Amino acid sequence: MQKMLAIDPEKCTGCRLCEITCSIHNEKTCTPERSRIRVTKWENEGIYIPMVCQQCDVPICETVCPMHAVKRDTETQALVIDNELCVGCRLCVQFCPFGSIGVDDRTKKVIKCNLCNGEPVCVKFCEPAALQYVDANTLNTRKRRAAAEKFSDILKKTLARF
Amino acid sequence: MVLKGKVAYINLSTRKLSQEFVPARMRTLYLGGRGIDMYMLYNHLKPEIDPLSPENVLLVGAGLLGGIPCLGSGRCDIAAKSPLTGAIGDSNLGGFFAPELRFTGFDHLVITGKAEKPVYLLVKNDEIEIREASHLWGKDTFETQTIIRKDQDDENVKSLVIGVAGENLVRFANILTGMKNSAGRTGMGCVMGSKNLKAIAARGTTPLEFAHPDELLEYCRQMNDMITSTRWSKAQSRWGTMIIYSNTNTTGLIRTRNFQLNRLEEGQDLEPENIDRYSIGTSGCYGCAVHCRHRYILREGPHAPLYGEGPEYTSLGAFGTMVDCKRMETILVANHLVNKYGLDTLETGGLIAWAMELYEKGILNDKITNGLKLEWGNEEALYELISNIAHREGFGNTLADGFRKAIPKIGNGSEYYAIQVKGMSNLHSDERPTPSFALGIATSTRGADHLRSRPAIDMYGLPEDVLEELYGGPVAPDYNSYDGKPRMVWWQERLYAVTDSIGLCKFQTVFCSVHAPKWKEFSKLIQLATGMEISEAQLMEIGERIYTIERLFNLREGFSRKDDNLPERYFKEPTQIGLPVARNKKIDRERFSKMLDEYYELHGWDNNGIPRTDTLKKLSLHKEPSNLM
Repeated sequence: MQKMLAIDPEKCTGCRLCEITCSIHNEKTCTPERSRIRVTKWENEGIYIPMVCQQCDVPICETVCPMHAVKRDTETQALVIDNELCVGCRLCVQFCPFGSIGVDDRTKKVIKCNLCNGEPVCVKFCEPAALQYVDANTLNTRKRRAAAEKFSDILKKTLARF
Repeated sequence: MVLKGKVAYINLSTRKLSQEFVPARMRTLYLGGRGIDMYMLYNHLKPEIDPLSPENVLLVGAGLLGGIPCLGSGRCDIAAKSPLTGAIGDSNLGGFFAPELRFTGFDHLVITGKAEKPVYLLVKNDEIEIREASHLWGKDTFETQTIIRKDQDDENVKSLVIGVAGENLVRFANILTGMKNSAGRTGMGCVMGSKNLKAIAARGTTPLEFAHPDELLEYCRQMNDMITSTRWSKAQSRWGTMIIYSNTNTTGLIRTRNFQLNRLEEGQDLEPENIDRYSIGTSGCYGCAVHCRHRYILREGPHAPLYGEGPEYTSLGAFGTMVDCKRMETILVANHLVNKYGLDTLETGGLIAWAMELYEKGILNDKITNGLKLEWGNEEALYELISNIAHREGFGNTLADGFRKAIPKIGNGSEYYAIQVKGMSNLHSDERPTPSFALGIATSTRGADHLRSRPAIDMYGLPEDVLEELYGGPVAPDYNSYDGKPRMVWWQERLYAVTDSIGLCKFQTVFCSVHAPKWKEFSKLIQLATGMEISEAQLMEIGERIYTIERLFNLREGFSRKDDNLPERYFKEPTQIGLPVARNKKIDRERFSKMLDEYYELHGWDNNGIPRTDTLKKLSLHKEPSNLM
């Protein structure tokens, strides 16, 4: 089954290690501005949400790209930009519903998460595990178990009465 | 390049701005952050000026490693002559400001003069603007940051701000960023207020370049693994610094009712586990894998709804044990209030606890306190007095000037009850059973303070050879002992001077854990990030240089051996309760004095605490002021 970069905002502590390490890995400099992942914050309420490309199954970026520069990596299933083809029209930036495509102010081309070719650096650094690179079905199983626990508690109590 | 950071000189009186690169020699001598700030303080400040005059210099410095992805690299150092003590003013804060400053291209700001009207500084990619701030004056610390973000239409603007306490020149006003990260100690917010400077905002997109980015990234991952694998960090990730309370209160190492008892009886509600009733999770500073502060919400009660962050162990003492308030909720409310008004949590609690004891002793009465019933555990009085201090109203106006001015004003033997050194309140820790800590707060260059050395490693029952290897000489494993403790203090002072100068978090070096990154790891990080080869021995020497220049500053301001002392009660009143290791303990005056001799000797200072000529020469301090920048 295909792996995905899963986000759990409830676990995010807002430290921005994901942004920092993403930019050092991909840009060789510390420039959160050019990071593929960004933590959006509501600072006065203590809410932090990492936002990154969801590698959609029906990618809008690919649909709107006039140059067919958005391609899917066959190994990782990540949507990657072919810089040879990209003309920097930024239609993908406008249409991405997650705001997860950015513009590199130096090259004027677009940048987005490519899952670090199957080993996302941000995940390695995320101590609270708000970011995980997991099998999509595993994620589903975990959530199902967590939800089922409530029922199992009730069931156990009911059974204990007999 | 990480070494291409600039320093900006900003004169608020003349509105003159200039900038230059930080000279390479300054990096090898002082690294950055606190080191460079201390050098500048010694070099740029005329002796004996009034700390509230335009001549005082406010220094803001990012650390040499500020911005790297490990060990809490978001620390920012703020310095000036302290309006609270008249000695070194220096305070260090986390959050996200320092890296953002580095992204603008600046590492250091040197602010002099006084603006005619309220202003704020906006530092944006190489450009610095002095902007009008009348719309911010009077606003609390949180509102001020929100308004600046809105004005700039940019949620990524990071600001250092003062609250009403700083505006009102409360001598222990803090500087805050985010919801709780604050430079609390020594009244740096008061200096900002005296300059009519409401905020310093930064926003940058300049890349921070490293000498060896890929190796640095890998090594930073190892560093994070190294720190998060320690038991201390695991506990801190879950409970924050509050975890310390469980041990110290049980043992009897916490001053209660100012200094009457060394344990809060029935203090169960302050146990860190109880934060779970209010917490929605923890929060981390820039680049930190430990995330030690809680995000809490108060949903019920007269102060609800309220969102705050923290509280630190410090606040459990400041608004709990010292004033004999036994409810977690009181801590959360008071913690929120001091952050909102911009007050140092520790100084505020220390002064209020002192006032409560004076009230009990009859030295203060309702007439002097304007009817405020300063009884132990009176939380309403606590809240009111916090507000009165911030606004300089009623009796709060007396406390707002700190111990140095309040003691002569109140008189009547009140000095005896003040738990302070060099005019600054001590933490709520009770150092009578721990001579190492006692020496640390007495010698701290910024007044009673645990964060200059915090020599805690003898508290964990470690074998003698482990301590000897760490400290490079014999240290008694018994924490009641006086043997070898000066060595601990001396070693930790240098380590923390370096930690503050490279801009990493003290919790992520030898704070509570021997197995934490220190000299060797720092040396490697510096090499990978900057390309500079600085050995472990050289780092220790840099730490010595920084601590010695701080000493020179204090000597120049008239401080001497007599000020490296403890409150009289440490020598006279033995502790009364707690475990046997903490009960019936007081500091032996003679042995304390002997520790001081040893401590000076280790630093290369003479018997009066004055650095010897050969020491100055060895540290290249003999020609100061040298005006390198």
